Amino acid sequence: MSLDLDTAVPPGRHTHRAGHEPAPRRARRTSLTRLDLRYSPYLYVLPFFVLFAIFGAYPIVYTAWIALTDRSPMNATISFVGPDNFVELITNDPQFWNAVYNTLGMFVFATVPQLLLALLLANALNRRIPGLTFFRMAIAMPIITSTAVVALVFSVIYGRDFGLVNWGLDLLGVGPVDWRASRLASWFAISTMVDWRWVGYNALIYLAAMQSISKDMYEAASLDGASRTRQFWSITIPQLRPTIIFTVIISTIGGLQLFTEPLLFTSGSGGLSGGTEGQFQTITMYLLDVMNNRFRWGYAGAVSLVLFILIALFSLINYLLARRISSDR
Amino acid sequence: MSVIPRRRRLAAVAAASVAVLTAATACSGDDSSAADPNEKITLVVDVFGDQGFGYEKLYEEYRKTHPNVTIQERGKGLGLSDYNTRLTQQINAGAGAGDIVALEEGTIVQFYAQAAKFVNLADHGASSLQGNFLPWKWEQGTTPNGQILGLGTDVGSMAICYRTDLFRAAGLPTDRDQLAQRWQTWEQFIEVGKEFVAKDSKHKFLDSATNVYNTMLMQIAGAGSGYTYYDKSNKIVLDSNQDIKTAFDLTTKMIEAKLSNNLKSFSAEWNAGFKNASFATIGCPAWMTGVIKGQAGDGAAGKWDIAKAPGNGGNWGGSFLAVPKSSKHQKEAAELVKFLTNAQSQAAVFKELGNLPSSPQALQDPAVLSATNPYFSDAPTGKIFGEGAATLKPVYLGPKNQAVRDAVENALRSVEQGKAADAAWRDAQSKGAAAGK
Repeated sequence: MSLDLDTAVPPGRHTHRAGHEPAPRRARRTSLTRLDLRYSPYLYVLPFFVLFAIFGAYPIVYTAWIALTDRSPMNATISFVGPDNFVELITNDPQFWNAVYNTLGMFVFATVPQLLLALLLANALNRRIPGLTFFRMAIAMPIITSTAVVALVFSVIYGRDFGLVNWGLDLLGVGPVDWRASRLASWFAISTMVDWRWVGYNALIYLAAMQSISKDMYEAASLDGASRTRQFWSITIPQLRPTIIFTVIISTIGGLQLFTEPLLFTSGSGGLSGGTEGQFQTITMYLLDVMNNRFRWGYAGAVSLVLFILIALFSLINYLLARRISSDR
Repeated sequence: MSVIPRRRRLAAVAAASVAVLTAATACSGDDSSAADPNEKITLVVDVFGDQGFGYEKLYEEYRKTHPNVTIQERGKGLGLSDYNTRLTQQINAGAGAGDIVALEEGTIVQFYAQAAKFVNLADHGASSLQGNFLPWKWEQGTTPNGQILGLGTDVGSMAICYRTDLFRAAGLPTDRDQLAQRWQTWEQFIEVGKEFVAKDSKHKFLDSATNVYNTMLMQIAGAGSGYTYYDKSNKIVLDSNQDIKTAFDLTTKMIEAKLSNNLKSFSAEWNAGFKNASFATIGCPAWMTGVIKGQAGDGAAGKWDIAKAPGNGGNWGGSFLAVPKSSKHQKEAAELVKFLTNAQSQAAVFKELGNLPSSPQALQDPAVLSATNPYFSDAPTGKIFGEGAATLKPVYLGPKNQAVRDAVENALRSVEQGKAADAAWRDAQSKGAAAGK
């Protein structure tokens, strides 16, 4: 920014230097150039910020505002209710806390095996094995499948009367399980959907990170007599630390926003209630339940803000944990 | 930041783009005002349900007298609750809804509060049509302020549909009159059910507890308080309206007698249940005959029959057609609404789908009165369903009826999954109250 054009030059000298051009025109030109240099960088980044303002900032501000009102399509007037929605949500809404419990439960059910499996898969695919490209492609396949399709297929597989899983259990002599009736069964079924879809994605990210680890370290370790397992824990894991933190945070955000899989796990109407007793109703499902079935838009605003805070909180906790775990090794 | 939301929000993005697309199609061809009566226009009609509203032939007929009007129907195959969610958003946004929208009985009350966003059909000459509708149906379609919000399509007069082949195998009578005699009360219906499951361990007597629960509730409330979860001042009365408890207790009794196949209504399993003939009876408002035919398919033709329901008549469901103010062709849309809801059209829909007319003229139409349904062993559907409809007492449904009903139905389903009835009743109370707040 410290170009000489930018600094104010006395008009007299300009006249002297630029010869025969009329003074006013020259002055205008100079100021345009100055404007150009000062403001065009902002113009270049403007499109992002305009879009962000429309689709990011405005909804957030509006949500904060609506959460302080009793707005509903069924109220003729909107009244300001202050923190009432938040007070009700925190102190007097067992269904919300049930949804928080379910969401966290399914997050643990799904994410822990998901990341561990991804790590092992990536480690396996990091070696020279026949058909390597095929396997690397294959684990990526689930990502390009639509979530809705995955959920529909899995809900047929976990069908009570004619499902594949119950058929298999029957062959083993185990009675049929009503996968939607109990909390644990439904959590398990939904977690398998999530994992089927995201293990490959995380494995690819780990694999990319593993390939950038210098081979020299492994060679040195081999010379020192370290086994493959030892190399994995002492070289691979510590080197993957930033990647692990990244995947943990991404999974936390995704896990706390879990929606499509549990929603489509029940077919027919009323999917948002997540089972007869809300066994697998997640926070986002509850949010939509409040908004679309109960028409309490203000309250839904409060739910989404609390969800936002929860995600921030859990991302922070997981970040601290992930940092600690990998630095211990 | 860019990777994070993309994964889970894919569905949201897809939904949003569908909304944009539908909004775009809704607007196409509607850009100028309708000053010229012969101007080519497109009217979009929004309906719901797997079978739609059975209007296809009526559209063609309308086209003959109104060649400038193209009619496009949307929503066939869409469930009521998804449809209603979308419609609520469209009405609030003031864009995207069709020129004509269907409002279901249980949800029309919700739109009373937003009546300002709908055309008052009285402005298009609907006031003179009052005599064409059953009085209580007319009343439901009119807001407390007297705005004519919607004109009635069908009413859900009730009966019991049953499979004669399964009844015969279980040694029960298959004649509809004999059965109606056997189950004059719901208690007697339960006894017949017990007899059935004692003889036939492979099939269940009922599809689910909730269908028969709704049937009973509307019937008991119609004869009793005249309202269900909300009283007429829109106060939640889940705990004090004895009619609800009566219907709930009868239902849990059926579940405890193991009569129910525990299939959630309108779910994939429920649909499969029709195809596999896994249950013998279903609570059957007139519109359900279309659902059964659609789900059980041609293979089951002649295996179903219809008998009078226990108790005294009752109504469940039925819809209205309304014109949102967002329509650019309000006058033409109102004309089409009047055409689709007139007595002849209602009689035609009855023949097409089985939806019972809400027009007394159509109900007395000899074609309706003498109608039999070959799919249902030539049952005299016009007579069975029509008989009760004229004398029906309306049941008032409150603004968040659907949400409260979902909560109570879920409690009943939890009994099907093994929860104790008392605990489920308490659950229904607390969750229903929260849903109606």
